Amino acid sequence: MAARKSRIEMPVQDPTARASNFEQVALGYTEKMALEEASRCLGCKKPLCVQGCPVSVNIPGFIKLIKEQKYQDAINVVKSTNNLPAVCGRVCPQEAQCESKCVLGRRGQPVAIGRLERFVADWELEHGTPEVPEVEPNGKKVAVVGAGPSGLTCAGDLAKLGYDVTIFESLHEPGGVLIYGIPEFRLPKDVVRKEVNYVRNLGVKIETSFIIGRTTTIDELFDDGFHAVFIGSGAGLPMFMHIPGENLNGVYSANEYLTRINLMKAYLFPEHDTPIVSGKKVAVVGAGNVAMDSVRCALRLGADKAMIVYRRGREEMPARAEEIHHAEEEGVEFHLLTNPVRILGDEKGWVKGMECIKMELGEPDKSGRRRPVPIPGSEFVLDVDTVIMSLGTSPNPILVQTTDGLGAHKWGGLKTHEETGRTTKPGVWAGGDAVTGSATVILAMGAGKAAAQDIHEYLESGSTDW
Amino acid sequence: MNQILKKRVLTPVTKEIVVSAPHIARKAQPGQFVILRVSEQGERIPLTIADYNREEGTITLVYQEVGFTTKLLGKLEPNDTIMDLAGPLGLPAELPEKGCVVAVGGGVGVAPLLPKCKELHKRGVNLISIVGARSSDLIILEQEVKECSDELCICTDDGSRGFHGFVSDKLKQMLENGLKPDEVVAIGPMPMMKATCNVTREYGIKTWVSMNPIMVDGTGMCGACRVTVAGETKFACVDGPMFDGHLVDWDEAWRRANTYREQEKCANERCRCGGEH
Ligand SMILES: Cc1cc2nc3c(=O)[nH]c(=O)nc-3n(C[C@H](O)[C@H](O)[C@H](O)COP(=O)(O)OP(=O)(O)OC[C@H]3O[C@@H](n4cnc5c(N)ncnc54)[C@H](O)[C@@H]3O)c2cc1C
Ligand SMILES: Cc1cc2nc3c(=O)[nH]c(=O)nc-3n(C[C@H](O)[C@H](O)[C@H](O)COP(=O)(O)OP(=O)(O)OC[C@H]3O[C@@H](n4cnc5c(N)ncnc54)[C@H](O)[C@@H]3O)c2cc1C
Ligand code: SF4
Ligand code: SF4
Ligand code: FES
Repeated sequence: MAARKSRIEMPVQDPTARASNFEQVALGYTEKMALEEASRCLGCKKPLCVQGCPVSVNIPGFIKLIKEQKYQDAINVVKSTNNLPAVCGRVCPQEAQCESKCVLGRRGQPVAIGRLERFVADWELEHGTPEVPEVEPNGKKVAVVGAGPSGLTCAGDLAKLGYDVTIFESLHEPGGVLIYGIPEFRLPKDVVRKEVNYVRNLGVKIETSFIIGRTTTIDELFDDGFHAVFIGSGAGLPMFMHIPGENLNGVYSANEYLTRINLMKAYLFPEHDTPIVSGKKVAVVGAGNVAMDSVRCALRLGADKAMIVYRRGREEMPARAEEIHHAEEEGVEFHLLTNPVRILGDEKGWVKGMECIKMELGEPDKSGRRRPVPIPGSEFVLDVDTVIMSLGTSPNPILVQTTDGLGAHKWGGLKTHEETGRTTKPGVWAGGDAVTGSATVILAMGAGKAAAQDIHEYLESGSTDW
Repeated sequence: MNQILKKRVLTPVTKEIVVSAPHIARKAQPGQFVILRVSEQGERIPLTIADYNREEGTITLVYQEVGFTTKLLGKLEPNDTIMDLAGPLGLPAELPEKGCVVAVGGGVGVAPLLPKCKELHKRGVNLISIVGARSSDLIILEQEVKECSDELCICTDDGSRGFHGFVSDKLKQMLENGLKPDEVVAIGPMPMMKATCNVTREYGIKTWVSMNPIMVDGTGMCGACRVTVAGETKFACVDGPMFDGHLVDWDEAWRRANTYREQEKCANERCRCGGEH
């Protein structure tokens, strides 16, 4: 039987309804849908899809088990290489990774690998009993800085190898960007909590409200008996444009805006105590995933107009296609080839407008994208009352400032050996956004995995060569 | 951990708690603060570490009940625990090793001033302290400040005790009478710190202030705490909270501190009618 060319669509919440609630947008496959989609997979002997997955999930293996309706076995296969499948199934840029390599993509649509991964992960969260392997403790202690995807993965893998692992997390809740950044409607926090609990069940201890570089330092962790340290502290430092008016009331960094909403649940104010300014005319500057999340949150907080202001064109927007598509469906306006010049305030110091200039695309720059240049005399004022700066983030300098011998690039990223994640300081590994700058969940996890492997080999060997 | 060991009511709206927090006590230095959360739905708020005891593993917090979260905190009693407590945050205060310093504290600002006074006293600096409040019953930590000061002046806005007027007026008087301190440290409500800076500016005396902008994470992640100092944007939680007061954009700081005034009123109403989590 020839496989069908197109994949099974995933049901989504109606765009008008969802634009005013924080419920999940993409609803996930039913069992029937999953079985039908799974049946499309050819179970290739040399699966190309696996090469596209940074953690090499055995894709044909788990899909075959779905076909056999052995869902627990299927999820166990996924989990043998991916500790956070319910998260990855939702937020991996699959179209650029596993699915981009699937052979079916040559003649039609690739297998919806991400959706199937999500299906089995959700199945387990609902029906299954997560399998916790029995391990013999090996008596060695490892400290992990940061409970984001890289830290959780590294910790989980080391625990499975018998290490006594403690994660130190500066916020009051573990999860990193998964908890404070990505909104509920894309990644329910319950899902994140369950995945974090799985890592806890592996024996990993998580100390929250504990800031390495403040509460204690990396050097002191070694004094306290840790044999190795993995840094997965992310890239949490927000950038601003340094234009006039940026400190007016009603100007947020995307980080602050999203943290208030997701971590602190400001959308439930006053049941939750943290407030937020819910503007009526909101402009988000930037066009990455973070910008899309911010602008869609603004809509859900009741904005009449939620706008993306971006200095390049449509083709150059860095956000995932699906997110841009969802934002458009929900009614977000796009002001492309437009760059803010200054933010205007009223007599009380609140935002009342944003002066912008039109741009055109010139010669390609270092990144290969055509460089936007301002068109003289094209300034105009955009009518807004809230501005959210989503210009990217860089790693927080606290660790470098407080750790002897920990080397970093000028822009803040930690210097590491590419394959092993070893930093310039013996006994200290790093991975994820702290090394690469803002990237993806799965790349952060891949780095956590690679480091766990190398930590194990290093400590096993007893060598002191670095 | 995070257990409240002792509690003292300093004025009807100001409380002092001693909290078990060995990790924080081990590293705390004058000028640093903590961020805490009182309930599952709670906001994160910053409070200065007013004192610490490394041997006993405790820190002391002094807070004024001004709104919802500080009122909830006020309801906690010894043996209760503070849900989340993170620190020590911010940079330690840069304090001089010798010479003469005037420490000016207004209202609850006396609490964050105290660890600096203690440290200055320990270093052998000649310390003159000016402590003020709206009226005599709102003066806090008088004894503690007195113990580490070479001279102490009490001021009240209503004249119910000591000098009748603002702490900044008292400082002005002292300077007019020929006092020549090397530095001034002023901590209290923003208008008080601003007024103090206006007084010292004329005399060219370096004046440290402790900024208290709205914060969320306290680790440099959100930018909520930005203040303009010498024309540059600084994050008070990592670059401060102590800054050269002559370089601070006070009007902007005041405006930003009032961003959520409407919402705070709403939360506060709920507290008053006993709405609890
Ligand atoms: C809004 C938003 C949307 C995104 N959407 C997607 C998406 O759809 N798909 C995708 O693949 N990727 C997405 N990303 C990117 C992805 O989330 C990150 O690449 C990934 O989370 C990086 O993982 P990490 O473990 O390196 O760091 P993080 O997730 O940033 O975690 C780092 C953790 O370390 C903690 N920490 C930092 N410093 C210290 C310290 N000194 N001591 C103790 N703890 C510390 C932090 O509090 C944090 O919890 C998005 C990012 C954002 C911000
Ligand atoms: C570094 C620093 C140290 C501080 N030290 C002390 C101290 O030792 N003792 C003390 O009594 N107060 C201190 N404060 C102020 C204290 O944080 C606020 O009084 C407290 O957050 C008020 O919260 P609330 O919910 O009770 O009041 P709300 O009704 O929410 O607010 C009342 C006032 O507090 C300010 N505020 C509200 N939320 C925050 C927040 N998350 N961060 C900062 N300010 C906020 C508001 O601007 C408003 O002016 C400090 C602030 C900072 C930034
Ligand atoms: S982890 Fe991500 S890239 Fe790998 S198979 Fe799953 S969805 Fe694809
Ligand atoms: S490449 Fe496509 S068809 Fe082949 S195993 Fe992978 S998912 Fe299945
Ligand atoms: S409080 Fe978030 S950056 Fe300072």
